[in-house]
Amino acid sequence: MIAELGLAALWLAAALAGLQLLGGALAQTERGAALGGVVRPVAVVQGLLALFAFFCLIYVFAVTDLSVKLVALNSHAMKPLVFKIAGAWGNHEGSMLLWVTVMGLGGAFVALIERRLPERTMLATLAGQAFVSLGFYAFLLLSSNPFERLSPVPAEGQGLNPLLQDLGLAFHPPTLYLGYVGLSIAFSFAIGALVTREVGPAFARAMRPWVLGAWIFLTVGITAGSYWAYYELGWGGWWFWDPVENASLMPWLAATALLHSVGVLASRDALRTWTVMLGVVAFSMSMVGTFLVRSGILTSVHAFAVDPERGSFILALLAINIGGALTLFALRAGTVSEGTRFAPVSREGALVINNVLLCAILGIVLFGTLYPLLAEALGAQVSVGPPYFNPMSALFAVPMLLVLAVGPLLRWRRDTFARVGKGLVIPAMLVVAMGIALVAFAKVPLLPFLGLVLGVGLAWASVLPLRGRNLRRLPLAVWGMVLAHFGIAVALIGMSSESAFSSEKLVAVHVGEITQVGPWGVKLDRIEPIAGPNWTALQARLLVRYGGDGKVVRLAPQSRTFWAPPQNTAESALLTRWNGQLYAVLGGEAEGGRWQLRLWWKPFVPLIWIGGLLIALGGLLALMGRVTTDLRRSVISDRIADRRDDEQRLREERA
Amino acid sequence: MKRLLLALTALFALTAPALAQQEQSTAPYAYRQLDDPAKERTAKALMETLRCLQCQGQSIADSDAPIAGSMRSLVRERIAAGETPEQIRAWLIERYGDYVSYAPQLTELTWPLFAVPLVFLLVAFLLLRRRFTLRRDALDVAGDAPGDEA
Repeated sequence: MIAELGLAALWLAAALAGLQLLGGALAQTERGAALGGVVRPVAVVQGLLALFAFFCLIYVFAVTDLSVKLVALNSHAMKPLVFKIAGAWGNHEGSMLLWVTVMGLGGAFVALIERRLPERTMLATLAGQAFVSLGFYAFLLLSSNPFERLSPVPAEGQGLNPLLQDLGLAFHPPTLYLGYVGLSIAFSFAIGALVTREVGPAFARAMRPWVLGAWIFLTVGITAGSYWAYYELGWGGWWFWDPVENASLMPWLAATALLHSVGVLASRDALRTWTVMLGVVAFSMSMVGTFLVRSGILTSVHAFAVDPERGSFILALLAINIGGALTLFALRAGTVSEGTRFAPVSREGALVINNVLLCAILGIVLFGTLYPLLAEALGAQVSVGPPYFNPMSALFAVPMLLVLAVGPLLRWRRDTFARVGKGLVIPAMLVVAMGIALVAFAKVPLLPFLGLVLGVGLAWASVLPLRGRNLRRLPLAVWGMVLAHFGIAVALIGMSSESAFSSEKLVAVHVGEITQVGPWGVKLDRIEPIAGPNWTALQARLLVRYGGDGKVVRLAPQSRTFWAPPQNTAESALLTRWNGQLYAVLGGEAEGGRWQLRLWWKPFVPLIWIGGLLIALGGLLALMGRVTTDLRRSVISDRIADRRDDEQRLREERA
Repeated sequence: MKRLLLALTALFALTAPALAQQEQSTAPYAYRQLDDPAKERTAKALMETLRCLQCQGQSIADSDAPIAGSMRSLVRERIAAGETPEQIRAWLIERYGDYVSYAPQLTELTWPLFAVPLVFLLVAFLLLRRRFTLRRDALDVAGDAPGDEA
């Protein structure tokens, strides 16, 4: 019953998306203007219906209604409730439902509160949002129905991949999707502005908070996902340049570029076409990512050919949405004037350089991710991985980081290096000092070396925009920028330090034996069996000590055996100190009654994720700053309008 | 990340000794490091660039699959015997194809991978140059005043 309600809500939402598209499109003509009034309410109801359907799915998962095929395939009665609920989006159909829900809610939110742009542009924007939504509703309803029933009803479900039975699943996909799909709003804004030819600072100011919001979620989602992979996969890796990861990185790169160019457009009325272009590209990257992940093409081009329905569907959606948007862009770009001009050495100049470099990195990631598919289609199998992506992206990231250190210090429109040069002396000295120290005391490969020296320089340079400003009156947005740039430096230092200074120890030890990893002494105290709700495990009790005289701390890595589905996972145990993390994994039993341990000491590795969170926090501060400024501005303009009305009335009364 | 979704195939029994005998690689250096730290470092660096043939997008340095274990052992043994990483990579490629190496080799099939970054570099340079030379002319003609800070 609940499943049918959910399905009905979805069909209704799809129909309303059709109405929203129709209304928004007709409202662009003179005769259809009356229809414009329905668009906003329809958008809100559509979003709520999608949300309702999503809650229905969560309900059938929470009560393990095995007559629903999706539940039977992906859940199990014995699972803890939180993983039953999170399991609702831990599969293809559920995650696509999450996608359309976020998309519908995004549209509803815009329809409810965004009133700064001319109504015609807003209606075109909402029509654009409905157009994209409609495609994904069709995909969901026609080829990935999450509410499909199963007969006969099985006695028990097949369970969820144990690797996913982790709080990471509750957190990572929703945040990532809020970011992915949030970019659809930027996309729709770009479409709306192109349709009505309203590309200008007002458009940019309206679009900016939405881009910022999506970008914050994307940043948090990627950071959380990276940490989840780090502790869950049990080998200490935190980024693999796996196509699925690249699929989330690409929208982030595009959104980062968009974020900066939309700022230039908002405050300087420059980079008009470029900003609209990025608005289209950012969400296109989200859709490309979805295509890569959801079509099964990643496993192999051949897997795609075996079950081509879903893949072809998403590919068609991709072609229609991206192709349509780019065609519109090509038709209208000529009519959008270039905007204000500026010199190369200026704030805008630095932002343009960074934008171009970010897009180049995006291009490399995209090409490197797709090339194996292309090669396979040509009949050969190649792999493209870290040895390719690391140096190639560094080729563009290094100049970008240099510009990042200087750019925020420059004035708008035109500036000279001589003016800002003095401030950069200290960061430059830091870079040199760090470089000398690394060469003298440690043998570090080139990329981590560059990361470390640039990281410390950038950490200092990133706070320089605060110099000489009244900190109490500094706008929140500036604080946000400084914090985000500082976060980049922090993450960079973490990544480089992990890759340069990690120590690894793989050993087989008897109970009672002591081993060393980096500065840590590790003693295997005992091995004990324990049981969880749907698993049993062997747990190692490790006693660890930092240095010769540190405090003894207990660590308990587990080797778990799940029975539905039957699978084993290694649950790592982490110990965080201010200067790094100890990472311990219990492996199998070795001959002679010994136990395998995998141990890593990773200096400063938490900085990677702390940096990521700082970046997101910077975005949040900027968002708060923008929103409060806009609110204040609208309150003031309301007040001015009121006063004008009053004066008008007074004058009329007098007359 | 969502590669977790794909990591299904990569796992095997650790707890049951009978299963472990079957499924865990018993190759001598699968879970054991070389005694010489410099050689171990070289071996590790190479392992991180070799693909586990059985798993979904993992290097042999971070997989529990038996074949990854065997390949780790092979890499360590050959490094210990004095072979260079590139010799070992070449041997593996000859045996398993280009697929096994995460570092694409420059061949007639993969040259675009190396050409594309150069093209991007060129395009970026031209784009910026064109934009800024145009800009400078326009600014000079306009005879601008110094910009105000926002």
